[in-house]
Amino acid sequence: MPVILITDALIFVLIAVGIGFGLYAARHEHLRGPWRQVGRSPIGLAALVVILFYIGIGLLDSLHFHPRVESVAAAPSAAAPTYSTQIISVLDLWLSGLRERQEKTFSAPFASHLFVKEPIEQPDGSVVRGYPRLEHGGAHLDDPARRGVDIALRGLLGMVTGLIVWSALLVVLIAVLALRWRQPFNASVRAIWRGETELPWRVGLITLALMLVLSFMAAELAAKYHILGTDKVGEDVFYQSLKSIRTGLVIGTLTTLVMLPAAVILGIMAGYFGGRTDDVIQYLYTTLNSIPGVLLIAAAILMLQVYMTNHADQFQSLVERADLRLLFLCIILGVTSWTGLCRLLRGESLKLREADYVQAARSLGVRHSTVISRHILPNVLHIVMITLVLDFSGLVLAEAVLSYVNIGVDPTMNSWGNMINSARLELARDPVVWWSLAAAFVFMFTLVLAANLLADVVRDAFDPRLRSAA
Amino acid sequence: MSAYILRRLLYALPILIGVNLITFLLFFVVNSPDDMARMQLGDKRVTQEAIDTWKGERGYDKPLLYNAAAGGLGALTETIFFQKSLKLFAFDFGQSDSGRDIGFDIRQRMWPSLAIAIPTLLVGLAIAISYALMIVFFRATYIDVGSVVLLVAMMSISGLFYIIGGQFLIGKLFRLVPISGYDTGLDALKFLILPVVVGVVAGIGSSTRLYRTFFLEEINRDYVRTARAKGLHERKVLFRHVLRNALIPILTGVVAVLPLLFMGALIIESFFGVPGLGSYTIDAINRQDFSIVRAMVFLGSVLYIVGLIMTDLSYTLVDPRVRLS
Repeated sequence: MPVILITDALIFVLIAVGIGFGLYAARHEHLRGPWRQVGRSPIGLAALVVILFYIGIGLLDSLHFHPRVESVAAAPSAAAPTYSTQIISVLDLWLSGLRERQEKTFSAPFASHLFVKEPIEQPDGSVVRGYPRLEHGGAHLDDPARRGVDIALRGLLGMVTGLIVWSALLVVLIAVLALRWRQPFNASVRAIWRGETELPWRVGLITLALMLVLSFMAAELAAKYHILGTDKVGEDVFYQSLKSIRTGLVIGTLTTLVMLPAAVILGIMAGYFGGRTDDVIQYLYTTLNSIPGVLLIAAAILMLQVYMTNHADQFQSLVERADLRLLFLCIILGVTSWTGLCRLLRGESLKLREADYVQAARSLGVRHSTVISRHILPNVLHIVMITLVLDFSGLVLAEAVLSYVNIGVDPTMNSWGNMINSARLELARDPVVWWSLAAAFVFMFTLVLAANLLADVVRDAFDPRLRSAA
Repeated sequence: MSAYILRRLLYALPILIGVNLITFLLFFVVNSPDDMARMQLGDKRVTQEAIDTWKGERGYDKPLLYNAAAGGLGALTETIFFQKSLKLFAFDFGQSDSGRDIGFDIRQRMWPSLAIAIPTLLVGLAIAISYALMIVFFRATYIDVGSVVLLVAMMSISGLFYIIGGQFLIGKLFRLVPISGYDTGLDALKFLILPVVVGVVAGIGSSTRLYRTFFLEEINRDYVRTARAKGLHERKVLFRHVLRNALIPILTGVVAVLPLLFMGALIIESFFGVPGLGSYTIDAINRQDFSIVRAMVFLGSVLYIVGLIMTDLSYTLVDPRVRLS
């Protein structure tokens, strides 16, 4: 039975908006041109491929449903409201192996034995303190000492599979490109190989190969090992990192989506109408801006917590509760961050108001609403786009910090911030439990770096002032 | 000049009133004091008497806006709004929910915060400016490209990792300085080094990149071309002309954050166990001490507005083209 959480619905709205905007941009040269420039930049294309990978995982994780209970008798009772059934996503289903293969507690990446000593019962009845074998990690091996060979072989197998899939994709893609370019297949291969194409296909394809090989290797190895180890309660860290992707993406994108209407409408109104309207809107955003962001978020989240503890019966399941908190966090982050965009839009509309074509439209008796929607709004869209991309990485990073202060996402939700927060204390152990931190670091760093690089390219493409200076 | 400052201060008043109203709404209207008491006392089946005592001890038992029971002026002053919100304007922060004097705490905890924030700012500024200047000197070479990549990579690392990494490397592996803690007097020095280093490293990526764009903006100007045409050394062009003019946006940006230094670095302070205002705020958030959070929200807004006014003033001081109006 499918379940649509609020953030899921908003994600689909966001995608619809994105597609609609894409169609709109494709018909308008002033938007299409810069995007084509982004595509032509090798860094931009590589970053785009990486981000698309993340988005794909995030989307799979956004399709939630109640899993069907196996036994026949349980089917009608599953709908009974007495006990809310588990909500899982398509990604969970796909990774159900990872999700269900829990160990007792910590284990290092690729380990075959537990990280902590426990009393083990020997065959002869005596009890020895030692590192017991893991229940799942490397359990297929008879001799754990030969682990290295097994890992190498499986890694190689994954790599080869990844390369085969990539080559298949490559052939199809080049065939399509060759048709479009109206040149023979071999000539197209040569052009791509030498980097003589208009779009940097070579870089894009290399990035794709890298991502595919990595994910196939991970898939092959994760079937038998905990490739990033397990955490305190024995949950697979790789699974946690993958699940955290959705949280990061939701915070990075929904926050902007939530604040966009207010920022655009108020910003344009302030700049276009001026006078009293301008004063009121400026007062509004100066006031909100003057409250330190973290404190406003803290205050709002504290209040949400008070509300949630006192109205605990309103939430049917932990997942829904966590989801509502995530949405609320997005809204409050939006409240603290819309002021920057609003000010930019105000300044731009202030300039546009005096432009000849706006003056002409006004003197022809065109209504204000029409002037705004036909002449002002299309000309400030590039600012909106730059802000959207620029804010993304900052928001992903902010989530980690907020979770550390306990004012971020719900502690039961998978997120990089929560991973860091719970792994932080384990650094004091000896030997160090480092893998949770390392996993969160790698996954977060890749996403944020790609987003930062893309943001740079997008800004260079859309900001005419910088373009002339370069 | 003083008339201008006075006018700006008067402009600030409605903003502070707005902040005050927002915090009042957030803390007392969205959730009633009863809810807060129930949350603090923890139990769901807590008795009404316990709630009333909790409220009575902290002065939350008054009506929100209008006290009909008290006569005369007391109808307005004997209310939560007056006692808890309006008194903030006189910097009378009252007592925290655990019974401590907030004003006293703030005055005491201000100094450790400043001891970390000021060196971090100054060292960070010096390093960022010299690094940016170096990148600009070697512009359009591999040093430029490599540095920009490095800076973007540094920006992409969460601040938490700098702290954890710094604590782990310097504190635990090399055992150079204590991992966390604080002391009075000169002994504090060894506790300060690590937070300052971490703070500087964490901030270098974004600030250097920003300053680089400032420098690049100046370097295409006509006066720079003139200076070069005169036959000036590139070094002299950079230091005498570009640096001086680019300092205007850099310094005014710094002035804006100066007052906020009092607020301390939230995360760094609590990680390193420094008893400053940042860790004070974080502790209050974790303990759900609403009075302290309210006081810090107000203090933060006041300092932000002071920063805005100081920025405007500093523009007029360093750039004679900007007039007060």
